[in-house]
Amino acid sequence: MTLDASVTPLEVDSLIDDPATRIIVCCGSGGVGKTTTAAALGVRAAERGRRVVVLTIDPARRLAQSLGIDSLDNTPRRVKGIAPSGGAASGAAASGGDRPEGELHAMMLDMKRTFDEIVETHADPERARAILENPFYQSLSAGFAGTQEYMAMEKLGQLRARDEWDLIVVDTPPSRSALDFLDAPKRLGSFLDGKLIKLLAAPARMGGRAGMKFLNVGMSMMTGTLGKLLGSQLLRDVQTFVAAMDTMFGGFRTRADATYRLLQAPGTAFLVVAAPERDALREAAYFVERLAAEEMPLAGLVLNRVHGSGADRLSAERALTAAEILASELAQESGSEDASEPAGSAPENESKNLDDGGIVDQGGGKTDVREATDASPEAPTVDHTPAHPPAHTPEPDHRPVDSGTPATARPGTADDHSTEQLTAGLLRLHAERMQVLAREQRTRDRFTALHPEVAVAQVAALPGDVHDLAGLRAIGDQLATGTTPPVEAV
Amino acid sequence: MSRLQVVSGKGGTGKTTVAAALALALATEGKRTLLVEVEGRQGIAQLFETEALPYEERKIAVSSGGGEVFALAIDAERALLDYLQMFYKLGGAGRALKKLGAIDFATTIAPGVRDVLLTGKACEAVRRRTKQGSYAYDYVIMDAPPTGRITRFLNVNDEVAGLAKFGPIHNQAQAVMRVLKSPQTAVHLVTLLEEMPVQETADGVAELRAADLPVGKVIVNMVRPHILDEEAVRSAAGDRRGEIAEALAAAGVSGASELVTPLLEQAADHAQRVELEREQRAALNQLDLPSYELPLLSEGVDLAGLYQLARELRKQGTGS
Repeated sequence: MTLDASVTPLEVDSLIDDPATRIIVCCGSGGVGKTTTAAALGVRAAERGRRVVVLTIDPARRLAQSLGIDSLDNTPRRVKGIAPSGGAASGAAASGGDRPEGELHAMMLDMKRTFDEIVETHADPERARAILENPFYQSLSAGFAGTQEYMAMEKLGQLRARDEWDLIVVDTPPSRSALDFLDAPKRLGSFLDGKLIKLLAAPARMGGRAGMKFLNVGMSMMTGTLGKLLGSQLLRDVQTFVAAMDTMFGGFRTRADATYRLLQAPGTAFLVVAAPERDALREAAYFVERLAAEEMPLAGLVLNRVHGSGADRLSAERALTAAEILASELAQESGSEDASEPAGSAPENESKNLDDGGIVDQGGGKTDVREATDASPEAPTVDHTPAHPPAHTPEPDHRPVDSGTPATARPGTADDHSTEQLTAGLLRLHAERMQVLAREQRTRDRFTALHPEVAVAQVAALPGDVHDLAGLRAIGDQLATGTTPPVEAV
Repeated sequence: MSRLQVVSGKGGTGKTTVAAALALALATEGKRTLLVEVEGRQGIAQLFETEALPYEERKIAVSSGGGEVFALAIDAERALLDYLQMFYKLGGAGRALKKLGAIDFATTIAPGVRDVLLTGKACEAVRRRTKQGSYAYDYVIMDAPPTGRITRFLNVNDEVAGLAKFGPIHNQAQAVMRVLKSPQTAVHLVTLLEEMPVQETADGVAELRAADLPVGKVIVNMVRPHILDEEAVRSAAGDRRGEIAEALAAAGVSGASELVTPLLEQAADHAQRVELEREQRAALNQLDLPSYELPLLSEGVDLAGLYQLARELRKQGTGS
């Protein structure tokens, strides 16, 4: 699928080649390929001469493997096998042949480790030990909702401050609202400035000064209530923790604010990642609006897993009609059990069902889903869509195989038979593909109608997962060119 | 069947949809189910095509046979104030705490308090009885956090009980854990037949089992039909292009010869996917868990699709 003229294409190469681009944040809802997009961008940018670090939040083992690293941890590791692309990237002409050699590093956020590091850096050893051993701290740092978002931003600030890389690509946490990472620094900041902290930290700070007596009464009432709620021992833990952290809070606040400003700075680019599905794009639209409201610079939308077809001039309806014609010919000629296929004689009904939404329950023939799958993992899945009427016969999928192996060199009639079945199968597959295409187009159009200003890059759906640098490179190519590389000949 | 059905899954696998379909499927013959949302995304409201859910239990669907589905989007802050009210009659103090930022602290930053409130509220609904003494809801279905966080989410009360060794919070946390670790609860994991979700499901099952949390079913979502397999495609791509072009032309397709290659490419993609799905299915079988399968609805899930999925779940044994 190519983009319409009405949609601005996202110039990925200009973005990653621009030395002013220092941070790229990939955000979006879960399961849309955010992490893979971040890694592919990292590989491409490095091969085009940038010194890149990719910060991932998602512990995807396979991503580490695809980068040739056994496991990712809290320290950036150099990725081997990054080759300067030179002429390989078609758009590379701009900077000529003497581009600097790029590097790629990758790391995975370890929340607890990051939190510990902050404590170790900002507190004297004795105090640091008190904090690290505090049970309340141990729970807090081990990563309940909210901590991860804050720590991701903290890590980003750290990486930026080290100034070892000229491009940082960040993959955001799979947040419940997908936006928590924007709020986390502010929220923490407002909490740290809040009265509660002062209250909790008060006993340690005030000692027993007589002049503070009045405040002490109010406070002990309050801590009494809290004690009742939390249990006095937990409250003591919290108070010890707060007291120990007291000197560090200012630093937290300052850094949280700095990170937030960093995200708004011109060197930062947000990429919203989505799949062409209703929910993912709704989330993406929300993201676009939210980023605008926060004055965060949006570079564009990356639309992953987009389906295309080299035969898109043949519509789903016509493909199905042709498949029915072939099926009914088969039924007449063979006189086999195929003759009982009920849908073969009613192609019009089929295309009508399609128009109705493709979820028409044809009844019968569908009750054995579990049996089929429980009995054998090899069993073909029972059909669920009316786009495939032969589901009413048992295991139709196997028939072309039985008679269709070229090595067996069957006589002409048998071959004709299976060719028709095979062709009908190809047509049904095509119809299914065209339905997917139409649906994706509609969801995408809805998004672009709402946000015509957002530049879009598309990445084609792959049949399998990405396993290596070559796979990431291929995705990078697609991100940059917006086109699908030719499918290898079968 | 367990009365608390927790539905988790990797992002993008459709766990909200599955939870909603499950709530519909269990609401048969006059039964009442409560569908609980804990992540504040209003996904349930969107699925049922209603306006955003408030923090109150309201009826959102009637199932065939007269069952009723209620829904609740739990708001952590409101749940905390409720909870304070319920246990301590702290109306005024609750407001004071809010002013101090303590509520913000508790619901967004303090370790696990948010998760304690969410799980606590769900367990309260499970245990609640009507004046007549029967259960207020026959089933409570929770649209839970994703697989990566589910064990920690459900286990948070254990951790809290360890932190607060005495007092009401300790007792409440233990009461919740008793429900969650009993056969009254089943944690289902939604997956697709793809590598990453299947891997995450396997990891999730191992974590849940290690934490003694009751694993329910694997629910394979968005299962697509297998139309051609690899051998068929290989055969077709070999010396039979001409025949296929002829068959296409005979079926009234114009320009048939140019279509053969793209059609075969699509078939090759399909065959590769079938093969990958077969591997993933084998990996899921290794988990030795009962499973449900739900079809991919080619038009996406609307309200009618939701009812269709609920029928599918019932056919496969839900609620019986």
